[in-house]
Amino acid sequence: MRPSIRIASGQGFWGDLPNAPIDQVRKGPIDYLVMDYLAEVTMSILQKQKLKDPSLGYARDLIPLIAEILPEIVSRGIRVITNGGGVNPLSCRDALFEVARRKGIQRLRIAVVRGDDILRNIDSLTATGAPLANMETGEPLSSIRQRLISANVYFGAAPIVEALQQGAQIVITGRTTDTGLTLAPMIHEFGWRQDDWDRLASGTVAGHILECGAQASGGNFLGDWRSVPDLAHVGFPIAEAFPDGTFVVTKHQGTGGLVSEATVKEQLLYELGDPAFYITPDCVADFTTIRLEGAGPDRVRVWGVKGRPATEFYKVSMAYQDGYTAVGTLTYAWPDAVEKARAADRILRIRLADLGLSFEEIRSELLGLDSSFGPRSAEIAEPNEVVLRIGVRGQDRDAVERFGREIAPLVLTGPPSVTGFAGGRPRPSEVIAYWPALLRKALVTPLVETAAL
Amino acid sequence: MKAQLIRYAHARSGDKGDTANIGVIARKPEYYPLLVSYLTAERVAEHFSGICLGKVERFELPNLHALNFLLHEALGGGGTKSLKNDAQGKTLSCVMLRMEMDIDDA
Repeated sequence: MRPSIRIASGQGFWGDLPNAPIDQVRKGPIDYLVMDYLAEVTMSILQKQKLKDPSLGYARDLIPLIAEILPEIVSRGIRVITNGGGVNPLSCRDALFEVARRKGIQRLRIAVVRGDDILRNIDSLTATGAPLANMETGEPLSSIRQRLISANVYFGAAPIVEALQQGAQIVITGRTTDTGLTLAPMIHEFGWRQDDWDRLASGTVAGHILECGAQASGGNFLGDWRSVPDLAHVGFPIAEAFPDGTFVVTKHQGTGGLVSEATVKEQLLYELGDPAFYITPDCVADFTTIRLEGAGPDRVRVWGVKGRPATEFYKVSMAYQDGYTAVGTLTYAWPDAVEKARAADRILRIRLADLGLSFEEIRSELLGLDSSFGPRSAEIAEPNEVVLRIGVRGQDRDAVERFGREIAPLVLTGPPSVTGFAGGRPRPSEVIAYWPALLRKALVTPLVETAAL
Repeated sequence: MKAQLIRYAHARSGDKGDTANIGVIARKPEYYPLLVSYLTAERVAEHFSGICLGKVERFELPNLHALNFLLHEALGGGGTKSLKNDAQGKTLSCVMLRMEMDIDDA
């Protein structure tokens, strides 16, 4: 058994800093590179891409990225784990094999984790007594069944561990938890038992710290943002994990950013619910037991994490179509910037009413004045400028489209000194609503398939 | 004595659907008791009136000298449904830290 392993975060979301995974590979030693690509609505976007072209439906950015680092990954034995397979991990694998052939790579094993996509089995699952009701509102699935776009089970670390045991150098999954990507290599390397809840919880905490990339290493750090050096060259976080479950959060030497108790604490609290019950498919981690302390420059040691047994359920992430939105902006300058923006808002609403258009919501905010602080906004005597941001949402696409055509006319038919309408007419965009549910683990099985070049 | 919360704490906020979470962390361990006694769920709900339309829950993390707040119905529907500029509640941490505290009430 290795005395420790270094797991590097390469992407915090799909669209994160493109060079981050390349830097993680090139700027220092790592054993694993983990990359999270899937936000809650991403699967529905990928599902739509796959409908148009059956060879798509995965994070396409992954292919040129892996192409760039593949020779080093292979020569150094770095293993890559990513959920960028989306709803089509097999096509993603084939595209990677194609890249490997082009690069003249002789040997490469890629594993694919599938079985999370239950869209086609929904009706048989509900027929066998899985209600898939909305776990937040209790509403029955039947109320949105016809509008369902995607349905995916969140798998945990287990199938990734199986893939690593099959010798895969790259593991491509569909919907797996962000934390499972980081926990899996620890289970694999250190041979942790399936019921070693404390260690599983500790690896899960490490996954939570890594899952948003540089948010743990100085990015978006509110504590004292001026103290963070060289964010231009920010180093993404690395977990140096030990067999006993303890780990050190760090980053490559010579990179920018900051790993401190405060930056790690901010990330620990990010998107946290009840801290005593951080539920994943692998375990229930208790965040109130986490101990941490600084252990040298850009090093924070974490230990003491307690866990409880995993639940009998997988979480299911479903997405359904729920109408349209459009948002437009107009910038008003001094004098009377706020008054003019508010007048324009009133005029627009009268025109929408005259047209007989009805919406579920019309929302107006003044950027620079009150969009974040609402009723808690401080008084500003005379702003130089404010941006009126107005949006509508409704089920009728034509009404939302028509709203978009009512924005530009305000420039010549409303209050004066307005600009900032360079972006063109606001177009309706589809609302993809989120439907979280629970499914008994026994009702679905992850499939792990390893292939070699 | 009056003081703004940002003097004693830093924070990070994010989203889960239409629920925002705000983690509030004491800048020094000795400030944590002040946060526990002053930042009650009721006070935070009052501070966010007009922004958070549902209930406010509070959880304590004494190990991190931090509190976690859940603000239900605070994101205009959340996700792609929300028409808010800050649909993910990223700046609600700042709204929290702007709170004027009357320390004698702690």
